[in-house]
Amino acid sequence: MTLKKTRSIADVSLGESLPELAIPITVTLINGGAIATRDYFPGHHDKDAAQQLGSPHVFMNILTTTGLVQRYVEDWAGPLARFQDIKIKLGVPNYPGDTMTFKGEVKERDESEKTIEVSFAGKNSMGNHVTGSAVVVLP
Amino acid sequence: MADQQLLDKIKAFEGREYGRVYAWDPVNAPMIRHWCEMMGITNPLYTDREFAREAGYPDIVAPPAMLQVWCMAGLDMENYPPGSTDENSFEVLKLIESHGFESVVAVNSDLKFDRYVAAGERLYYTSRVDAVTEEKATGLGTGHFVTVIMTYSVERAEGREDEKVGEQLFRVFKFKPAVRPKPETGTDSAIPKITRPRPGISDDSRFFWEGCEAGKLLVQRCADCQTLRHPPAPVCAKCHSFNWDTVEASGKGHLYSFVVMHYPEIPPFEYPNPVGLVELDEGVRLIAGLVGADRSELQIGQRLQVEFARFQDEELTLPQFRPVAQ
Repeated sequence: MTLKKTRSIADVSLGESLPELAIPITVTLINGGAIATRDYFPGHHDKDAAQQLGSPHVFMNILTTTGLVQRYVEDWAGPLARFQDIKIKLGVPNYPGDTMTFKGEVKERDESEKTIEVSFAGKNSMGNHVTGSAVVVLP
Repeated sequence: MADQQLLDKIKAFEGREYGRVYAWDPVNAPMIRHWCEMMGITNPLYTDREFAREAGYPDIVAPPAMLQVWCMAGLDMENYPPGSTDENSFEVLKLIESHGFESVVAVNSDLKFDRYVAAGERLYYTSRVDAVTEEKATGLGTGHFVTVIMTYSVERAEGREDEKVGEQLFRVFKFKPAVRPKPETGTDSAIPKITRPRPGISDDSRFFWEGCEAGKLLVQRCADCQTLRHPPAPVCAKCHSFNWDTVEASGKGHLYSFVVMHYPEIPPFEYPNPVGLVELDEGVRLIAGLVGADRSELQIGQRLQVEFARFQDEELTLPQFRPVAQ
């Protein structure tokens, strides 16, 4: 595996866009993500239970969404970018068969602290599944 | 109707603090690897001890987004690990539920990290109910938003003070669903289809939409005085004649005015969403979506050319305008 380079503060400009990332939403991702985050709420792994709750299918849990947000920001910033915070707000659910596409932008840049704030939105066919921001410290 | 007695009872939970809830397991490589695999994260900081040490950590560290994971109860959601508080730090949700608000969704999670936690460290959190709202009506249904702040700490050996490593604001919505469950019947797709609104078609305007289907931009013309008009109407505004026919426009025009929609973002439209008032060379104006132009490039007077875009499995054809050279 070739290791990705971590961006330095000098590499990043204010207003810069992050490359888009499209994530196919599958039963496997929703299920596996829920279990990997120790979330056994039935709506995340049992279709019948999800339908009892009024959903057409199982839906992604918030802890998986948070993980995917980390991936999106970290894939771009590099392995040694250290997160100070991740703030997310959920919108429409992620159901199997959909695709969530992340877009992001550098909203704040502090040269002396070497921190940047990235704002992002993960959108599926029904609208924004997640919006939010993350602050990372660059080396 | 909002229930004042319930509101008083649940409001009383605001500010209430709860004791420790421990992690079942210390931060460990297998749970981290499993999590990284599912999330599609390949950063060696979380899986390669040598790499983590070179980066200045004592061992592999947990991905920060896993902070909440360590203290999850697991299969039995009320089975806290030994040493944890006997109280249920989400008891306010149970009270709300007992009043018929049976559904719950998580809406916000704000994680703050004082530092990353390394393999072998054992976490616990303490919590405080930050806010409970009055009854709110939302697209999902009506209910109460409950915000809890969890403070995560690492347990230290006897005689040393525990260390705070992070904090989480977690907000859930406890609600009565607005619509009753609709069981799926024989369809493969789980995703409710969000479609563009369909035009309202009348006897006066049908020609316009049929023209679009055929790739023609048709404009209504008074059959007596030859005046063009758009949008379609039954009577000529100039000579009051009811007789009309249509002519095919060239599809060329210029941008008379425009707006760029940013908020609220309504699916399935793309945002920012530029919409133009286009003056055709024939003299009438119509409203249509603008394509192929950056907002910063749009200029009043900009030359435009119509094109026809098909949407929703080709069942809807709309005229759109694209900037062309002067």
